[in-house]
Amino acid sequence: MTTTDLTTDHSRATADEAHSHGLASTPPNASRADRPKSFELDVFPVPSGREEQWRFSAVRDLAPLFVDQPVDGSLAWSIDALPAGVRLTEVSVADARERSVSEPGDRASAIAAAHSGGARALTVAPGSVIDKPITITMHGDGSEARGHLLVEVGANAEVSVVIERTGSATYSEFISVDVGQNAGLNLVLLQTWEDDAVHSGEVHAKLSRDARLRGSVVTLGGKVVRLNTTASLAGEGSSVDLFGLYFADSGQHQEHQLFVDHMVPNCRSRVTYKGALAGASARTVWIGDVLIRKEAEGTDTYELNRNLVLTDGARADSVPNLEIETGLIDGAGHASATGRFDEEQMFYLRSRGISESEARKLVVRGFFADLIQEIGVPEVEKGLMNAIELELDMVEADDE
Amino acid sequence: MSTLVITDLHVSVETPEGTKEILRGVDLTIDSGHVHAIMGPNGSGKSTLAYSIAGHPKYTITSGTVTLDGEDVLEMSVDERAKAGIFLAMQYPVEVPGVSVSNFLRTAKTAIDGEAPKLRTWVKDVKSSMADLRMDPAFAERNVNEGFSGGEKKRHEILQMELLEPKIAILDETDSGLDVDALRIVSEGVNRVKDKTNVGVLLITHYTRILNYITPDFVHVFVDGRVAEQGGPELAERLEAEGYDRYLTKA
Repeated sequence: MTTTDLTTDHSRATADEAHSHGLASTPPNASRADRPKSFELDVFPVPSGREEQWRFSAVRDLAPLFVDQPVDGSLAWSIDALPAGVRLTEVSVADARERSVSEPGDRASAIAAAHSGGARALTVAPGSVIDKPITITMHGDGSEARGHLLVEVGANAEVSVVIERTGSATYSEFISVDVGQNAGLNLVLLQTWEDDAVHSGEVHAKLSRDARLRGSVVTLGGKVVRLNTTASLAGEGSSVDLFGLYFADSGQHQEHQLFVDHMVPNCRSRVTYKGALAGASARTVWIGDVLIRKEAEGTDTYELNRNLVLTDGARADSVPNLEIETGLIDGAGHASATGRFDEEQMFYLRSRGISESEARKLVVRGFFADLIQEIGVPEVEKGLMNAIELELDMVEADDE
Repeated sequence: MSTLVITDLHVSVETPEGTKEILRGVDLTIDSGHVHAIMGPNGSGKSTLAYSIAGHPKYTITSGTVTLDGEDVLEMSVDERAKAGIFLAMQYPVEVPGVSVSNFLRTAKTAIDGEAPKLRTWVKDVKSSMADLRMDPAFAERNVNEGFSGGEKKRHEILQMELLEPKIAILDETDSGLDVDALRIVSEGVNRVKDKTNVGVLLITHYTRILNYITPDFVHVFVDGRVAEQGGPELAERLEAEGYDRYLTKA
């Protein structure tokens, strides 16, 4: 496999050695933490595509999501009866602002909050331990929709929440995730949109003392999907694992931005995103920012992005950034690699009797297998490999 | 009993300097149970012959035929050739990250037989073949060729040959870069498979050393894209003594 590899171990870094490995010209001059956050739209001009956080984005397709006006449509929610200790409530726009863990970080999510017509709040009472995952399906009928969601997990609660997006929509959202003291949340966001969906989402999670968040993102569908996830480690001893799996075929643009903010001492973070690309115009972007603030001594962080390019013409961008403001850390590293499943590998497998389509499946299965096991929701894990193989079948149908 | 027949094979490749003809009319017939050694200097086209038979897309067949038991091999796709019974042990086996050896072997066996092998006998077969080739059982869980040493890669190729049971096996410089111990293990493996399955072997080599371990029935000297001379094992001894200079000065 042709691989470009980029690995850095910052375990023994000192404050003045903080640096980034942007693929393009310059790392952001200012700290990632200095970017504006606001519910006020004026703070965010309409992106042109030249801004640092939009420069890899499909800005043209996302343009409807930058328009400051109400929309008619909405996503249809289906959700099973909620177990004791879990409530789903409607929250006014004003209250939703108050209860969000952060203000929006870009124009699309600010507009999502402003025109959502109010938020929905999924609230888990303190101390509740919910065994069965709570599954919410959000289905689009092709119209424009805006959403604001609050996920609030009370202290010492444990819960898994799976949110699946299906159908089609031009959709933007702002999701606030509040993980209380010593609580554990496993949040899975599945993007299994139809081919023409356009989706921009911002997820901002805040972890209190000793809180644990496992967040998985699976993006298979949609024309354009742009997810911007922030995890603020705001309480000592908190820990976050962010997993991502994406598969882009021709005509798809999938962008995953991450920001892990180590604000306080003794927190841990792991980011593991893997993507496969097939088809001439398949495009993926991964940007992983980690900030270790001056106060965040004893931080242990590692982020990794791997991309597997299956056919010519696909393009994967991968940009890890690490800002370190203290040298007193346990470990900090990142790795980024993009490999190509090339003609020689294909020939080798086929010369053993393995057909072209089976060869691709073999490689893709191997590539994603470990990651799928990390999601931690068996109901999701089970169907996922099949869904990925269906993606591969579609690629081959396109080839013929 | 199987027969691979190569008739007047001409093969070219595209290079930055234009199309270059590498094979210039190769005739060769290989029967089951026979070992044909193809010997020749670097650049004489030995590997091109191997890859052309296996169907590598880089090589263009401009004329000639290759048949296996009368079936037109050149009409077949790469995987169809493998299913028909042609096996190529590569000089530089390719790494396939993320795919374990055991998964790869089972997938290949299933593809070639058209059905999954019976689990119990399969596991036993893999284990005993690996033991014969002095391969650590932990090998099965490693990714295909990833981080393998040169000798490990070659043993892994012979392991595949043993498990996939081809009719005709082409060994492309399987001996290159091996120390004597590894060479002996690999050669014993080839002899064992031949005794067991009566496979026909096309043994491509630059050196005569492997012929101390695997006795050829026929030796063909390959020069400038065609067979310049052929004979029995005694021809190899003469090459050992005289080298390829005789052919090169003539050409």
